[in-house]
Amino acid sequence: MNPLIRSTAAELAAKIASREVSAVEVAQAHLDRIGEVDGAVNAFLHVDTEGALKAARKVDDDLAAGAHVGPLAGVPIALKDVLTTEGVPTTVGSKMLEGWVPPYDATVTRRLKEAGVVILGKTNMDEFAMGSSTENSAYGPTRNPWDLDRIPGGSGGGSAAALAAFQAPLSIGTDTGGSIRQPGAVTGTVGVKPTYGGVSRYGLVAFSSSLDQAGPCARTVLDAALLHEVIAGYDPMDSTSINAPVPPVVAAAREGASGDLSGVRVGVVTQFSGEGYQPGVLRSFEAAVAQLKQLGAEVVEVSCPSFDYALPAYYLIAPSEASSNLARFDAMRYGIRVGDDSTRSAEEVMSLTREAGFGPEVKRRIMIGTYALSSGYYDAYYGSAQKVRTLISRDFEAAFATVDVLVSPTTPTTAFPLGERTGDPMAMYKADLCTIPANLAGNAAMSLPSGLSDEDGLPVGLQIMAPALQDHRMYRVAAAYEVARDAALGAPVIQGVPQLAGAR
Amino acid sequence: MTSVHELMDYAEVIERFDPVLGLEVHVELHTNTKMFCGCANVFGGEPNTQVCPTCLGMPGALPTLNGKAVESAIRIGLALNCEIAEWCRFARKNYFYPDMPKNFQTSQYDEPIAFNGYLDVTLDDGSLFRVEIERAHMEEDTGKSLHVGGSTGRIHGAEHSLLDYNRAGVPLIEIVTKTIEGTGERAPEVARAYVTALRDLLKALDVSDVRMDQGSLRCDANVSLMAKDATEFGTRTETKNVNSLRSVERAVRFEMTRQAALLASGGTITQETRHFDESTGGTSSGRTKETAEDYRYFPEPDLVPIAPSREWVEELRGTLPELPWERRKRVQDEWSLTDAELRDLVNAGAVDLVAATVDAGATHTEARSWWVSYLTKEANSRGVELSELAITPAQIARVIGLVNAGELTNKLAREVVTGVLEGEGEPEAVIEARGLKVVSDDSALEKAVDEALAAQPDVAAKIRDGKVAAAGAIVGAVMKATKGQADAKRVRELIIARCS
Ligand SMILES: [Zn+2]
Repeated sequence: MNPLIRSTAAELAAKIASREVSAVEVAQAHLDRIGEVDGAVNAFLHVDTEGALKAARKVDDDLAAGAHVGPLAGVPIALKDVLTTEGVPTTVGSKMLEGWVPPYDATVTRRLKEAGVVILGKTNMDEFAMGSSTENSAYGPTRNPWDLDRIPGGSGGGSAAALAAFQAPLSIGTDTGGSIRQPGAVTGTVGVKPTYGGVSRYGLVAFSSSLDQAGPCARTVLDAALLHEVIAGYDPMDSTSINAPVPPVVAAAREGASGDLSGVRVGVVTQFSGEGYQPGVLRSFEAAVAQLKQLGAEVVEVSCPSFDYALPAYYLIAPSEASSNLARFDAMRYGIRVGDDSTRSAEEVMSLTREAGFGPEVKRRIMIGTYALSSGYYDAYYGSAQKVRTLISRDFEAAFATVDVLVSPTTPTTAFPLGERTGDPMAMYKADLCTIPANLAGNAAMSLPSGLSDEDGLPVGLQIMAPALQDHRMYRVAAAYEVARDAALGAPVIQGVPQLAGAR
Repeated sequence: MTSVHELMDYAEVIERFDPVLGLEVHVELHTNTKMFCGCANVFGGEPNTQVCPTCLGMPGALPTLNGKAVESAIRIGLALNCEIAEWCRFARKNYFYPDMPKNFQTSQYDEPIAFNGYLDVTLDDGSLFRVEIERAHMEEDTGKSLHVGGSTGRIHGAEHSLLDYNRAGVPLIEIVTKTIEGTGERAPEVARAYVTALRDLLKALDVSDVRMDQGSLRCDANVSLMAKDATEFGTRTETKNVNSLRSVERAVRFEMTRQAALLASGGTITQETRHFDESTGGTSSGRTKETAEDYRYFPEPDLVPIAPSREWVEELRGTLPELPWERRKRVQDEWSLTDAELRDLVNAGAVDLVAATVDAGATHTEARSWWVSYLTKEANSRGVELSELAITPAQIARVIGLVNAGELTNKLAREVVTGVLEGEGEPEAVIEARGLKVVSDDSALEKAVDEALAAQPDVAAKIRDGKVAAAGAIVGAVMKATKGQADAKRVRELIIARCS
């Protein structure tokens, strides 16, 4: 194994900038690793070897010419296949877009390229980001590097697994109900859902427009912060993008790493424990809270009663928006086309294409959403769900009036076995119980490892939530906790990932 | 596909029923760019050349709102005496259609930007009729489908269809009236007068090309009938494809006579969309709305709410131009026109043209006589709007000047104007090319006078007896002989001189 692949993004960036290693060497090391282990992990749907090496060469050339480069120049990244990439296939994990090559970059993609970040390829995901296990991908499930028979979380299982398998030091996820944080939790990696509007959604193939948010994934808090600052910021192409300075997350991560949290008020959400929570997860969480206290934080319990209704509200709002967002996949302009044999009408071709192109979970959600928006049901379903959303926002507001950040387990259990919940949608949906409120309210939230569950040895995630545009608060707390946790455990949690079979 | 309808005599319709109207007008704004993207908003480009990821509804593409379109919507609302929303949103109207890229139309639903207004329209006899406005809201246009291979150009029976997305995302304002009642027999006229007034208003606001023939102004006419003893509205039909002002009137009238005949024979009206056929003046059934389509409206999550500040609204109110009815009032006062004269001027759509001709040096009487009578006839025979004639007010003013200077007779002037309309160039060039000079050479005229007097000796005798009025016949003969190129006044003088 090339030791470069175990480096953090910050370390790689420094080595590349000082020309200790070339960006091409770094890219090649990761491409080699992908070649070695992705047959087992299936984190990637598309590897862009040529594009990656070309981008790396450009960084090396710029450095050779003495040009100023960004803080992550030359560092490789894996991009969730929900973000468009000009000239590189984008499938959103669906048969519907098999073979589609977008003619434009998502704003996130463009910013990465402009920053000299080297895009290795596109990662696997639940179809249209609908799922919590990546088993809904039309291209086969991604496996969890901690245990290849277990799920890597979802929908961004590919982006999280790529980090845990050391295929990339950085990745991009998108989080509609927990699709960055829950995979982060079950793979022992860091995943951040920035404030809604903090990162442009232009070019992010929409699942649920009012909830979707792209964010950074990494193996350390500082790496996530560095990536956050590259992709965040106002974008006139996205009307819901916030026209305000990017929260100072890198500075906050560096400040937090000093290990002092005195004066920081931390609220423990009382709703997220009890029945349905794996005891080992709760024990890991309690240890994390104790650690925060030791760092000087003031810890109090906070009740957010409306959070109990977050899951049902989410499963009305997200499918409703999805039913409309996914209407455009009609075989007319792009994607697959089924049944166009010159005997059928456009309507029949649309219908056959959608029948063949969408998987069962996508169809389920389109049907739920279509129903929830129907006249006569709108008020009872979509309307009520929007009211719950308002109540959840108020709970957050009330909580943040007394505490700086809120904490909870990221997900009720550790990684479950592949296939365990595929026949039981409700069980699958519960994986997002703790993450959904932040999407509904639009505030910032992240997950970082709190160690391993004592009963199964699998990673557990600590969720930290902050008010909108206060993303830096959670980075500070996370960075402080990360240092203390590594000291207590003797090594970063991610070092515990087993050697992958087939890897040299 | 032809369908024969029983029609009731119009007078009988009015005797037995009260018509109820509702008019929905779609106006394409002539902003530089589309509603939600930066694509050019121009009519008639090569298919699918004015498109981008957003207006093609490609995955991941997002809309951004055209501020100029919002400004136009507010100005339209203000000119229609509407209230302007302090906060409003777009919604998604969900339905599948191949020419709609996202399979939902981004439109305003229950939160229009402008609502509760009215428009006073002038009817043919000069009286005013107030049409109340329910709302004016913003939305995007769809692309265009071209159905190939069918006999009707409609999707039914077509072999295949072509899609042009250039129009997809063009900004539209939909202006919806409240129910229009109490028109009686004038329903068709009110409908036409309303759309005319709206067109003039939108033109004055300079927000749209308002070309019905190009689809930048489209009218859907909802028509229903109430029996005289009824207490509830009847079932309505919605007639589309009404592409001219005259068609608005015809379509309403046709629907009234068709529905009346159907109701009188014990039939029922189907709530449906009907298509107006310009060639027959009739309507035919489109898609039936038996089960009202469920558009599953919900607030558009990709756009933020619009909250126009009151300061901005007032600022926009200050930019409203002189509105057509205000202008008419001023013109009437300035030129001391009778109501009938004003009406002729307005009905001809000639207010601005006459005013411009006056500005170019003509008197309003001269200018009106050209535009309201001669040029209006020319426009009708060419099937174009008066303003689309290939002649400018300045050119008309020059022709008038030449007549006043005695260089052209009225007959010659008309020929000059015809030449200009035919594209033969400036009036002076037409005069030159066609040799349209007044014959002012007395010797040539005297010869013609002598010949005419000799040809009609009895008339010549009457003139010599002092019956000067008889000279008209000789003037006519001379004019004919000189192909109209003589100055009639001078001819008359020569005749009197010869006979005295
Ligand atoms: Zn466009």
